[in-house]
Amino acid sequence: MQVQFKVNGKPASVDVPPNTLLVHALREHLQLTGTHVGCDTAQCGACTVLVNGRAIKSCNTLAAQQQGAEITTIEGLAQPDGTMHPMQAAFKDCHGLQCGFCTPGMVMSAVDLCKNHPGAGETEIRELLEGNICRCTGYQNIVKAVQQGQRAMAAA
Amino acid sequence: MGASDFSSLPHIGEALKRKEDYRFLTGAGSYTDDINLPHQSHAVFVRSPHAHAAIKSIDTARAEAMPGVTKVFTGKDVEGKMGGLPCGWLITSTDGTPMKEPPHPILAQGKVRYVGDHVAMVVADTVEQAKNAAEAVEVDYEVLPAVVDLRDLAGAPKEAALHEAAPDNHCYKWAIGDKAQVDAAFAKAAHVTRLDLTNNRLIPNAMEPRAAIGSYNRASDEYTLYVSNQNPHVERLLMTAFVLGLPEHKVRVIAPDVGGGFGSKIFLYAEDVALTWAARQLNRSIKWTAERSESFVSDAHGRDHVSHAEMAMDKDGKFLAMRVHTDANLGAYLSTFSTAVPTILYATLLAGQYTCPQIYVEVDAWFTNTAPVDAYRGAGRPEATYLLERLVSRCGWELGLSQDEIRKRNFITSWPYQTPVALQYDVGDYRACMDKAEQLADVAGFAARRAASEAKGLKRGIGYSSYIEACGIAPSNIAGALGARAGLFECGEVRVHPTGSVTVFTGSHSHGQGHETTFAQVVAARLGLSPEQVDVVHGDTGRVPFGMGTYGSRSISVGGAAIMRALDKIETKAKKIAAHLMEASDADVEFANGEFTVKGTDKKVTFGQVALTAYVPHNYPLDKLEPGLNETAFYDPTNFTFPAGTYICEVEIDPATGTTRVDRFTAVDDFGTIINPMIVEGQVHGGLVQGIGQALLENCVYDRDTGQLLTGSFMDYAMPRADDFPEFKIGTVCTPCTHNPLGTKGCGEAGAIGSPPAVINAVLDALHPLGVKEFDMPASPSRVWEAIQAAK
Repeated sequence: MQVQFKVNGKPASVDVPPNTLLVHALREHLQLTGTHVGCDTAQCGACTVLVNGRAIKSCNTLAAQQQGAEITTIEGLAQPDGTMHPMQAAFKDCHGLQCGFCTPGMVMSAVDLCKNHPGAGETEIRELLEGNICRCTGYQNIVKAVQQGQRAMAAA
Repeated sequence: MGASDFSSLPHIGEALKRKEDYRFLTGAGSYTDDINLPHQSHAVFVRSPHAHAAIKSIDTARAEAMPGVTKVFTGKDVEGKMGGLPCGWLITSTDGTPMKEPPHPILAQGKVRYVGDHVAMVVADTVEQAKNAAEAVEVDYEVLPAVVDLRDLAGAPKEAALHEAAPDNHCYKWAIGDKAQVDAAFAKAAHVTRLDLTNNRLIPNAMEPRAAIGSYNRASDEYTLYVSNQNPHVERLLMTAFVLGLPEHKVRVIAPDVGGGFGSKIFLYAEDVALTWAARQLNRSIKWTAERSESFVSDAHGRDHVSHAEMAMDKDGKFLAMRVHTDANLGAYLSTFSTAVPTILYATLLAGQYTCPQIYVEVDAWFTNTAPVDAYRGAGRPEATYLLERLVSRCGWELGLSQDEIRKRNFITSWPYQTPVALQYDVGDYRACMDKAEQLADVAGFAARRAASEAKGLKRGIGYSSYIEACGIAPSNIAGALGARAGLFECGEVRVHPTGSVTVFTGSHSHGQGHETTFAQVVAARLGLSPEQVDVVHGDTGRVPFGMGTYGSRSISVGGAAIMRALDKIETKAKKIAAHLMEASDADVEFANGEFTVKGTDKKVTFGQVALTAYVPHNYPLDKLEPGLNETAFYDPTNFTFPAGTYICEVEIDPATGTTRVDRFTAVDDFGTIINPMIVEGQVHGGLVQGIGQALLENCVYDRDTGQLLTGSFMDYAMPRADDFPEFKIGTVCTPCTHNPLGTKGCGEAGAIGSPPAVINAVLDALHPLGVKEFDMPASPSRVWEAIQAAK
């Protein structure tokens, strides 16, 4: 079936079987491989993308369910000239990533977190990151990155 | 160049932001599953649903007739055409016989031995077609009795024997130390402390599941394997020399961006071999990516020891001798380095930071119907540390000494120090680490915090752990004498380009450690360049001359040292070129900050001028010196390195629910010279969360009767999450390693090694007033609550 949506600001159309998950449509049909698959039970959050401005796990929705949606993946977060989004910059600045595999999902969740909970403190940030698993960083610098990104996004 | 000169160079000790981050943060990383080759097929593995069964028959006809299916390979297809997976470390039993080394077939031969064992490989045009066909492969199993728990080995029926070669499921009995002297010391002891403990089995769970693409070019008869792996040259060596019998120059292994390893991606796995071999049979590229559920059952697991330990002391709490017996669960087959983990990498660390003059350790290793067990972050050293540091705290409690006092009374205070279990520690300062940790942890304020917790009806405890580890593995001759079937050196190539920028090729592999930044700092520091002028290439046998890979916290101390050796050669040659340009004698040329000067003159040329001259040799001593500036070096260490430190944990427990919260965690480590403190701190953070995760949350559970994996998803296996931890307090002490040119010791595993006993000692400290004396990991609410109830 044909599914149309807007991905990273551009119209996109994919011809996929009806049971295709959004994450597979993104990775395999649109070659947006920055969105990762880290589990098969919607627990790890590596596949998190923004759909109509809200973070969702793209392994947990069919592509067909997102007909007409505006989708932002990690590839669409930076400015067209390559300048990183303040949250991406904060992750680099705070060493909030190591192997990089959970990172795209973590950054997308963090962007959503700061938009919807602009005043979240450390404890609340930790709780709100519950849906994203990182095996490398021990979350210490991710929390710092989210706090720094939060300040940068508020100032932007 | 010596370590002290090195550590004072620019960029050494600088918290440089990582060069690799931009690609990871913008979705431009290239992990194996992100790679797609033209006309590739997809593979799905049929895995055993049983822990132990005989295969009576396999019928692939229906599966092979399904749409898109190219071929279903079974054990019959590979039988006689290739070897099994090799074990890289030979352990010899106390009676002089070699360990039992049963075959580990690429696809099952007549029998399956654990849930997840690889039975058949289905190749089809799409993943979905391969999955559907895999379900249509009919395997007729005759279920056999399974044994998964070490406690059930004795008295198991003879049908529970996994391998013909090991009818009692026993792989080896290994020992180290002088038993007679240890027994004599125990006979004279004023006090003996005894401890039984279990080191729980863990599942590594790197966030990127294993993945591989086998590919074959008929025109050149060359194979390429893309694989999520920590040591592509070792992967190639094992696969070509021991399994497929292929010449190495025809096989290229590429480990591109790898999403975490933690040991589980060191090993040669059956899937990698099957894909490579089948690529030629079908003359096409074949891709396989594990689903997470598949990773749970088929990745090598970690830990799984059951031990009894005893410490003999004099009346003042001075250690006289230690005696340990450990049963180690190796799983169903011998994974690549599995046999070294509970022996060489474990028992040799049981001296810890203490002057215990006599130690005797005996290890029995067993086969069970579980996934193979192998190295997992720390590999043997966490098991040693957990046992010793639990035992030492208990010694203190039994003698009425505080956890710090019992340690201080027994600390080694002069180096080099020869332990009774083979290792010689070159340098350290254990007391300095403890003092700094106690200060950072505000131990002085603990009593007040405990009183505040009591007032809320909560139990607070403090736990210490003073760990040591052996890293920088390893001097090849010593490793060889101990049973290693490979060398353990490292290789580095420094290629200076004509315009003065540099590409470094290293046999180390980064899967999160940040080598592209740290190694660039090393080269930039030595050559007087900026780190932006240095790129680091790793993970490709087609580009890197050779390598042994990354594990055992060895990258900087062995891989970095190889680069230092190559830089020595670069410097030597560059000085000759500079001498020619400045019309001076080689011996009078000095090099610092990127400039060559002649002693006692104002003559100078820059590194860039020398590089250009090397490639445009118009004014060049061509009769004495080859053009070019490109050097390769191999470095084989002369000893292990010995990172050490003290960790202090404070927990608060709600006795009504058993909920245990880590309230404070302090880690002070001595890693020797630190190149990039930001990266090192990040490594400590990650290690701590894996270690505290083991102590609080993680536990791999197989059903004791059926051998089914009960913790087979992130819904069932408790992975550490952001809200399980406080902010950690981190500190360092520096005694530079004495025998490598950087003074580094390695930092990747320390957190996971030192932290579990700190947490459990804190739990026990909190629960002692309630009568709890014994506790095994993990400290989940139900287990803590049950321990409290049992003590009532």
